[in-house]
Amino acid sequence: MAETQTAPSPRQPRFRSAVTETRPARYALMAIAFVFLAIFLLLPLIIVFIEAFQKGFGAFGEALADADTLSAIRLTLLVAAISVPLNMIFGIAAAWAIAKFEFKGKAFLTTLIDLPFSVSPVISGLVYVLLFGAGSVLGPWLKAHGVEILFAVPGIVLATVFVTFPFVARELIPLMQEQGTGDEEAAISLGATGWQTFWYVTLPNIKWGLLYGVLLCNARAMGEFGAVSVVSGHIRGLTNTMPLHVEILYNEYNAVGAFAVASLLAGLALVTLVLKTLLEMRYGAELAATRGH
Amino acid sequence: MEVRVANVRKEFDRFPALRDVSLDIRSGELIALLGPSGSGKTTLLRLIAGLERPTRGAIYFGDEDASLKTVQERNVGFVFQHYALFRHMTVADNIGFGLKVRRRNRPPDSEIKRRASELLDLVQLTGLEKRYPAQLSGGQRQRVALARALAIEPRVLLLDEPFGALDAQVRRELRRWLREIHDKTGHTTVFVTHDQEEALELADRVVVMSQGRIEQVGTADDVYDTPNSPFVFSFIGESSSLPVKVEKGEIWIADRTIGISAPEVPDGDAVLYFRPHDIELLEGSGGCIAGTVAASRRVAGTRHVELEVGGDRQRVELEIPTSHPASEKTRIAFRPKKWKLFPVAG
Repeated sequence: MAETQTAPSPRQPRFRSAVTETRPARYALMAIAFVFLAIFLLLPLIIVFIEAFQKGFGAFGEALADADTLSAIRLTLLVAAISVPLNMIFGIAAAWAIAKFEFKGKAFLTTLIDLPFSVSPVISGLVYVLLFGAGSVLGPWLKAHGVEILFAVPGIVLATVFVTFPFVARELIPLMQEQGTGDEEAAISLGATGWQTFWYVTLPNIKWGLLYGVLLCNARAMGEFGAVSVVSGHIRGLTNTMPLHVEILYNEYNAVGAFAVASLLAGLALVTLVLKTLLEMRYGAELAATRGH
Repeated sequence: MEVRVANVRKEFDRFPALRDVSLDIRSGELIALLGPSGSGKTTLLRLIAGLERPTRGAIYFGDEDASLKTVQERNVGFVFQHYALFRHMTVADNIGFGLKVRRRNRPPDSEIKRRASELLDLVQLTGLEKRYPAQLSGGQRQRVALARALAIEPRVLLLDEPFGALDAQVRRELRRWLREIHDKTGHTTVFVTHDQEEALELADRVVVMSQGRIEQVGTADDVYDTPNSPFVFSFIGESSSLPVKVEKGEIWIADRTIGISAPEVPDGDAVLYFRPHDIELLEGSGGCIAGTVAASRRVAGTRHVELEVGGDRQRVELEIPTSHPASEKTRIAFRPKKWKLFPVAG
């Protein structure tokens, strides 16, 4: 009965929700988004893999087995293995300080954390050249003491740390600010020491956010080109990271080699993307539970 | 455990939150810190817990100076307004946390588990050990928070607006229940509230605070029947006030006496306080306070009448039974049965 009464007659204007567009408009918007993504993101990714396997799996394997390529992979893993844990510790410390304490210069510190995002990576690299290069104040002293920073692994690590340090901190600051200090106060009032409070209360509260930040930090650390390019010196088999190696191989018209290494980096990006999506699903639920309190 | 707060002052960025507060809390007492927001009640509670450090003064637990000790060493049970339960731990792990982190006298895991179940029985949540805080209602969470605080056998139990985030029904229930738990366990308990009904109903003694000072300490009867300041009179229960003049012990409003005298009060300006329901309605206009009805509204069983009194139309509120003929009139004359005069300073 009720249904026959509420069914709109064909003559009546159809009710339209205030927050939705007409059907053609919606499809047009979706089409633009998908076409754009397909041309600018999906297509290049597919081409990378096609080029890499152009001359078959054998050529792909050989390209990766090359001594210089293996050394580039090793260096990239080493740089990530040093810079990601450093930035994890730094990120937690900075987020802790900003979210849980009041002090002078807090706003300044927050801005400073964002600096690597707003500065071109090339400039980040140049800063280290100016700081440690032969023509700098520190240069002669470093040379006299046999400390190699520029055009060596330490320089690459420093540049990578600089470029990737906002990731963890920026992920944690809003999370920790929202959680406040109530849980920590409860823990210490129950007799827990500072470290116990950190391990049993603070860290479990931020673990998903931390993992998410570390993942993004790692992806950038392995993929960084600009800053590393300035400080590395491009010495084959010694100071070439994967992204730098891709460029060199490509410039030498070694397409298969260049795209084989590139496909590894692209694979890393895909894995990161999948993990990120999974984390977002999990972490989103966690955040919702937090709000329920 | 007796707690003594001695001349404590607390400043935040030079702004005084507490000015020279002293308070003796008896062993086993249930005491309420009552005041409007910004009165310093929560600051005082956090100072007793050791979550804040006093700018001046000291806090004693028994004979021992607790202000020299850290929060961890003070062994207090603190219950937060928003529970602050550890969301990634089960109810049992939450309750056992204080025992688990002990470095000396840490009980074995089986003993911690047994204690947690025992406390869950006490707070009437038997069988919920394996739940997570997100799976509990607000009232249940606050019970778990209390069980967690009790698990460490605290010397003092401190509760910061424990029922503030709950709805009225659950609040009343938990209030009675907290009183029962207190009587059963006998902990010295201090709780903060801005709800006077809660304070008056629950506490042995009420500490009324305002602007960083203690205004009055006393039983529910003391603070309601013999308030010692205009603030306490108007903060606790309903009150009405009128500016008056005292001359040779007679009380005047404008050019008329109102039929009550205060021989011990010095001459000068004063404010007369009384309870709106505690009045005598009179006929005529001599020796009483008379005025015209400016507004009137029915509230449940009584009628609240706003009366304009005297030449400068001072407004005063009265509560009159709806059955009384005066509730229909446009002019009303009355005299307060109980009242108090506070001289105007300067």
